[in-house]
Amino acid sequence: MKKLDKNAKTAFLNYGLVAVFFVAVEIMMATGVMTNSFKGQLIPIISYVIMALALNLVVGISGELSLGHAGFMSVGAFTGVIVASSLQDSIGASPLRLLIAILAGALTAAIAGIVIGIPVLRLGGDYLAIVTLAFGEIIKNVMNCMYVGVDSKGLHMSLMDANSLGMEPTGRMILNGPMGATGIKKISGFIAGIILLLIVLVIIQNLVGSRTGRAIKAIRDNRIAAEASGLNVTKYRLIAFVTSAAIAGSAGVLYALNYSTVAPKKFDFNTSILVLVFVVLGGIGNMTGAMIAAAVLTVLPEMLRQFQDYRMLVYAIVLIVVMIATNNEKVKALFAKKEKGEAKANG
Amino acid sequence: MADKKTPVLETKHLGIDFGGLTAVDEFNIEVEHGEIKGLIGPNGAGKTTIFNLLTKVYKPSRGMILLDGTDTQGMTPEKVNRAGIARTFQNIRLFDKLTVEENVKIGLHNHINYSSIEGVLRLPRYWSEEKKAHEKALELLDIFEMSDMAGDVAGSLPYGAQRRLEIVRALATEPKLLLLDEPAAGMNPSETEELMNNIRKIRDEFGIAIMLIEHDMKLVMGICENIVVVNFGKIIAKGTPAEIQSNDDVIEAYLGKRKG
Repeated sequence: MKKLDKNAKTAFLNYGLVAVFFVAVEIMMATGVMTNSFKGQLIPIISYVIMALALNLVVGISGELSLGHAGFMSVGAFTGVIVASSLQDSIGASPLRLLIAILAGALTAAIAGIVIGIPVLRLGGDYLAIVTLAFGEIIKNVMNCMYVGVDSKGLHMSLMDANSLGMEPTGRMILNGPMGATGIKKISGFIAGIILLLIVLVIIQNLVGSRTGRAIKAIRDNRIAAEASGLNVTKYRLIAFVTSAAIAGSAGVLYALNYSTVAPKKFDFNTSILVLVFVVLGGIGNMTGAMIAAAVLTVLPEMLRQFQDYRMLVYAIVLIVVMIATNNEKVKALFAKKEKGEAKANG
Repeated sequence: MADKKTPVLETKHLGIDFGGLTAVDEFNIEVEHGEIKGLIGPNGAGKTTIFNLLTKVYKPSRGMILLDGTDTQGMTPEKVNRAGIARTFQNIRLFDKLTVEENVKIGLHNHINYSSIEGVLRLPRYWSEEKKAHEKALELLDIFEMSDMAGDVAGSLPYGAQRRLEIVRALATEPKLLLLDEPAAGMNPSETEELMNNIRKIRDEFGIAIMLIEHDMKLVMGICENIVVVNFGKIIAKGTPAEIQSNDDVIEAYLGKRKG
């Protein structure tokens, strides 16, 4: 039972962390110390924290590598924008519209996850990394030539150009090729973001703590033994991957509906790697670490704007340093000792 | 359970080739319910390959494997386990980063009844089933007096305890036939002695058949009711421990031809 308590403790620590962040931001807003640039960062921070949690489910818990999670974010984002824009006139209440958009974004991203996952996850090895890398690029290019508009007759779609949509003159463009979504009504809000983040945390932590999560971790640790113990390996890898894709999709919706324009190139390979950096820096499999890393690394570039040119360089260096440090026997031994000491102190 | 007379495991003309090399050929055995059977032979004789065939890690090139009278053809390792064969591995394969208790719970996995959704929403069935699994896991660990290690990370256990945990995990899947691949490897004489008693205890309490590969002859001769000897992928002798000990072919396989 001691172990169960430890898991529950980390879970509550994570909920607490979100609560503290929420309260701190609310206080800053009430007292007026909140700068405008930080205020504009709130939704991106939450979106990237959710992305980090989603990717950690694949990389940390399931032990697979995904190099195209921005692709799922993109699928979710543009689905969300299309849904929210086309419901603009029929559903007045923006929280309800946001909810429907998030659900739709999560659903399409999940479908994309299933389409990729079913063939790839039957194979062992690192195929997932290669295929997700390709997926991210393909989605970016498809979105780059996607034109969607809405008029009184309904939705129009084309992969050619805006004219071939054949819309009525009163029609409204939603997606405009490489320019992406324009004229989005901002309906994401800070409180909605916090609620989504909490729901995502509940889903991931409860999943990992259940029979399903145990099976996913067992397959990560030893696939052959997992099969010999009667686990359906493909099924559990797929559950982890599709759940992660759906969550990434919902993060994309939250992100996109916070801006008036979003271009497809926002969700490119660099974004995928950025999210991977959050996960690696936070400690693979460590949800608390991933959340903190995502928040800090989203805010930091904004604060270090004058050193923008060196940002990617610093990322590379930090990644290498962290990898060396976490694989260093001495550092590991130090942490092991500390943990043992804590366990003794508790027991 | 099927008719008592049907053997729990029967193989007919079982064989496998790797390229041009015939690793196992004409392997015919029967394992009765509740029997402890030994599988011995010199290094490289094909013993572990036979286990891998029985659990479908390898696909047989020819022959049949009947489990309780049912053909296992086309089954995956996962299905074979559900059908009733559990195993341990020569080179230990635990879920290193999971705790001892979680390792056993993976064995119990298919006997824990709640869906992923129920787990995420923490519905009542999650709590009752997890509680049941927790108690069952401790009960199984008690066979080897390991329940006080339940919270330890499996990868950090001493070697002997890891071997025992593998057996517990295999038992948790509720098999009809348990395959043990060198269970006493790396154990000292007193640990081996204890393991022998435990293997007997498992057979008596669970009423399952056990087939084991082992190089420790004291253990093999001590607990196996029947022994199969293989060399170069073929059976060279079958019989009781006494018969095997005096079999000329077996002596030759292990020690070489007598000179003069």
